[in-house]
Amino acid sequence: MTTTTLPAYDDAVATFEPVIGLETHVELGTNTKMFCGCPTDFGGEPNTRVCPVCLGLPGSLPVANKAAIEATIRIGLALNCSIATWCRFARKNYFYPDMPKNFQISQYDEPLCVDGYLDVEVDGRTVRIGIERVHLEEDTGKTLHVGGATGRIHGATESLVDYNRAGIPLVEIVTKPVPGTGALAPEVARAYVTELRDILRGLGVSDVRMEEGSLRCDVNTSLNRPGEEWGTRTETKNVNSLRSVERAVRSEIIRQASVLEAGGRIVQETRHFSEETGDTRPGRSKEEATDYRYFPEPDLVPLAPDPAWVSALKAALPEPPRVHRKRLQESWGLSDLDMQSVVNAGAVELIEQTVAAGATAAAARKWWLGELARRANESGIELSAVGATPAQVAELQTLVDGGKLNDKLARVVLEGVVAGEGDPTAVMEARGLAVVSDTGALTAAVDAAIAANADVADKVRGGNLAAAGALIGAVMKTTKGQADAKAVRELILQRLGAN
Amino acid sequence: MAAISRDEVAHLARLSRLAVTEQELDTFAGQLDVILQAVARVGEVAAADIPPTSHSVPLTNVLREDVVINCLTREEALAGAPDVEEDRFRVPRILDEEA
Repeated sequence: MTTTTLPAYDDAVATFEPVIGLETHVELGTNTKMFCGCPTDFGGEPNTRVCPVCLGLPGSLPVANKAAIEATIRIGLALNCSIATWCRFARKNYFYPDMPKNFQISQYDEPLCVDGYLDVEVDGRTVRIGIERVHLEEDTGKTLHVGGATGRIHGATESLVDYNRAGIPLVEIVTKPVPGTGALAPEVARAYVTELRDILRGLGVSDVRMEEGSLRCDVNTSLNRPGEEWGTRTETKNVNSLRSVERAVRSEIIRQASVLEAGGRIVQETRHFSEETGDTRPGRSKEEATDYRYFPEPDLVPLAPDPAWVSALKAALPEPPRVHRKRLQESWGLSDLDMQSVVNAGAVELIEQTVAAGATAAAARKWWLGELARRANESGIELSAVGATPAQVAELQTLVDGGKLNDKLARVVLEGVVAGEGDPTAVMEARGLAVVSDTGALTAAVDAAIAANADVADKVRGGNLAAAGALIGAVMKTTKGQADAKAVRELILQRLGAN
Repeated sequence: MAAISRDEVAHLARLSRLAVTEQELDTFAGQLDVILQAVARVGEVAAADIPPTSHSVPLTNVLREDVVINCLTREEALAGAPDVEEDRFRVPRILDEEA
């Protein structure tokens, strides 16, 4: 958030009330695709994870993946949804080469899960986000556009398609419109996606990596004046990080407000979020795009989840992230406010893992919310992507606790860790950063400092202990900061007979 | 009253990326109309107690275990492609009509 946009944003939300809605796509972490046995791992040489079914070859027949159905039901249950007792897949027909069949198998008017909610906390307030539906479909292939500028579809002369991703189980989670959040709308959107991600991760149904596209988010935004009907909404795609979710809503609120203030109208359209500029641009106009001619998928029989199975899945759901966080907060002894800052920094899991790796909660929190959060902020990245692991942070703290590093040196070591130079111990040794613990060397440095500052030494001998600071400084200088200041002080006082 | 209009046929042809001549529009509209009228007769006999049927076989929950099978080799996968480049299916420009 650049400071220049702040006044415009404040004006926008003072005049208009935003309504947001979120559509999230999650690639399930099943072993195989939705309707065939091809593997689903990320990456892989192009077109090596395909078979007649996901290539849509004539005569092939899809069969639904039981693990994907189960995962979707568990997601629905975790989001407090009702699970359909009977539902069907549907064909969504469209012409675009990312699906070789010219249709995508999806769900239309009979989603597997409906009508749930998710509570999120923003600014000390709980906002209930209604869940409209959770349905199951198949992901599309990846297209590479060639001949235009920097891989864009506009101006491309041809496209190259890799179908490895085509057919990977994809769950779509759609919220109901969320009104009434006012200026907090961008934060609510972010909090929702964060909470959803944590739930999905807790369920173990997806690796939920936004940067790899296994969790993708479309954000709907509209504005209306107080008391008036909801405005026309736009749908912003290409929102690929939690931070971008917040930025996208914010920039769209500012853009729509300026259009409306100028007497203009909002066009219902798809817009694309740009990570670089932080604003949204109109996407390709898709005339008649909604005419997908859905019809029940004839190649798949209906689903009728056994209520006993659903009950068993419900009983086996893991502890919800909110409850889990409450427990962590108590064991870490944090106030609500402190816990909130941990949550906002995206540090809950990182601290939890750092503690599991042997650090105290206080030390883990200090590193993640201090030095590392500062670096993440500066680079505009998520804390989890900052370049240090919980195990490394725990190791760093062990070195501090063992007297091998002082605080200042530890920060330098951390810098090396973040730069990819290795684990803390390795960085410390490679850079020669360990605290000078060799008493002989330290004593020599102290004696040299006393000799070079005889007048100061006299003051200390005379009982002016505060004057020792100058000597400590001199020793720290000769040891390049690699001494423990407390030990140096004691040694100085001892040599001068002043303690 | 026709069950499908000439305009609707033109719309469907466009969605299906079929180049249909003016004359063909008339022909197809007539033919599709006959088909739709025939299918509509089912509605005349289907009473309220007969649920809509999308599948003729009374089966549900035909599911598969989540077990990996052998895929095609890349050569096999691309064997039927009209054109191949960089181990991918090569397709004509997508936004041609909007260019």
